[in-house]
Amino acid sequence: MRITVNSDNCVGSGQCALALPELFDQDDVNGKVVLLDDQPSAEWHDAVHEAASRCPVQAITAR
Amino acid sequence: MKPVRLPTARVTPFDPPVELAEYREDAPIRPMVYPDGHEGWLVTDHGLARKILSDQRFSARSEFKRAPVARPSADPFFGAPALPGWLVDMDAPEHTRLRLQLAGKFTARRMKEMRPLLDRIVDDQLTVMEAHGPPADLVSLFALPVPSLAICALLGVPYRERAEFQRNSATLFSLEADAEAAARAMDALYALLRQLTKDRDVDTGGLLSMLAAEGTLDAEEIAGVGVLLLTAGHESTAGSLGLSTFTLLSHPEHLARLRADPELIGNAVEELLRYLTIFHFGVPRTPLEDVEFEGHLLRTGESITISLPAVNRDPSWFAEPDRLDFDRRTAGHMAFGYGIHQCLGQNLVRMEMRAALPAIFQRFPRLALAVPPEQVRLKTDVSVYGVHELPVTW
Repeated sequence: MRITVNSDNCVGSGQCALALPELFDQDDVNGKVVLLDDQPSAEWHDAVHEAASRCPVQAITAR
Repeated sequence: MKPVRLPTARVTPFDPPVELAEYREDAPIRPMVYPDGHEGWLVTDHGLARKILSDQRFSARSEFKRAPVARPSADPFFGAPALPGWLVDMDAPEHTRLRLQLAGKFTARRMKEMRPLLDRIVDDQLTVMEAHGPPADLVSLFALPVPSLAICALLGVPYRERAEFQRNSATLFSLEADAEAAARAMDALYALLRQLTKDRDVDTGGLLSMLAAEGTLDAEEIAGVGVLLLTAGHESTAGSLGLSTFTLLSHPEHLARLRADPELIGNAVEELLRYLTIFHFGVPRTPLEDVEFEGHLLRTGESITISLPAVNRDPSWFAEPDRLDFDRRTAGHMAFGYGIHQCLGQNLVRMEMRAALPAIFQRFPRLALAVPPEQVRLKTDVSVYGVHELPVTW
C-alpha cells in the first residue's frame, strides 16, 4: 500500500489524525495532514481505508 | 413536482420529521419553497449531499443564503456580505486563509491534550449539581456550563462574561427573536470580543492572544473569529450534551451497555451525533452558475438546503438508520457537515462528550428524569436542536 495526501485540499479537520494517530498527524501551524508513514505494513491497511473514508475533502488516497 | 416546505414537526424527540424519509424515497433532490416565497431545493440523500458539499460551484457565501424556516434573526446577516472573520459565510480563497490560520489550533492532538482540563471542568460542574441537590436542571447546571468553560479556556475569554455571551448567543440562534434584536446581539458580541482583545483581558495562553501575536488576521477578524467560536462552541455542544443525556435516559439498555464497557464511548458519541443531528434545519448552499445535477437544472442563485438529519438517516449509507446502535459503523455521518466547511471544533466536541457523558452516570448512577418525558421542552424553536431544560433527580 502507498498512501498519498493532497495537501492543497486539506482543511485540517483532523479526522484522520483522530482515527489513526499512528500514521497521521497534523501541522501545528495550519492543521494540514502530516503523513508519518506512506507505506504502512499490511496490518494497518483496513484502518488506513477507514481513516481515509472519514476525510471531508477526500484528500487521502490509499492503494 | 410540487414544491414542499422544510418539514419541522417531530413525532418523537429523537427522530427527525417523518416526511424527510418520504421525500428521500420519492425524490432525493426536490423543489422546496422558502418562507420568503423563493423556490429552491431540498436534498435528503447522503450521496447527493456529499457531491454538493464537495463541489466549489456551490457557494456558502452569506450574500446568497436564505433561511429554510422563518427566522427573522437571520435577516441582518443573510443577503449581506460575511462579517469580518465569519468564515462559515465565505468561499475559497477567503475561507481558506482563515480556516488554515485556525485549524492548527484545533488539531486532534491539541484537543486530546485538553482532556485533563475537560475532566476537571466536568468533575467541578457535577459537584455543583450535587451540591444543588435533586431535582436539578441538567442543562443550566451542567450541559451549558461545561462547554462554556471549555471554549472560554481555549479562547482565553474570562468566564465571568458568560451571562452576556450566552444571552446574546441565544438571541442569534432563536427562531423567534426579531431582526433588530439579532443585530444588537451581534454588535454586543463583537464589542465584547473587541474590548477583551484590545485591553489584553484575554488569557495570554489562549487562542485569541495567539492570533493577535501572529499578526496575520486584523483586529476585526480576530473579534469575529472569537464571536463565531464562542457562540458555536457553547450552544451546539450544550444542545448535544443535554439531548444525548435525555436519549440515554430513554434507552436504558444502551446506557447499561455503555456503563459496562467504557471502551464503547468513542463510537457511542459518534452514533449519538449521527442519530440526533442537532443542526436540524441543515446547511445552505447556492450555485454560482447554472448546474445540471441529477436530471435537474439548478440555476444560479437558487437556494439549496442539505438536510443533515435526513442524510444521517439515509438507509443507503446506514443500515436500519432509525435504530440507535452503538456498534454500527458511523464513518460518513454528517453531524459536523461535510467538505471544506466541516466543523472546525469537531474534535473538541468529541472530547467534551467523551468526558462528560460517562462521568454524569458515574457520579449519579441512579439518574432519572424528574418529569414525564413528554414534559421535557424541546428546542424546536431554536436553529440548533436540543432541550431547553432537563429536570433530573438521583
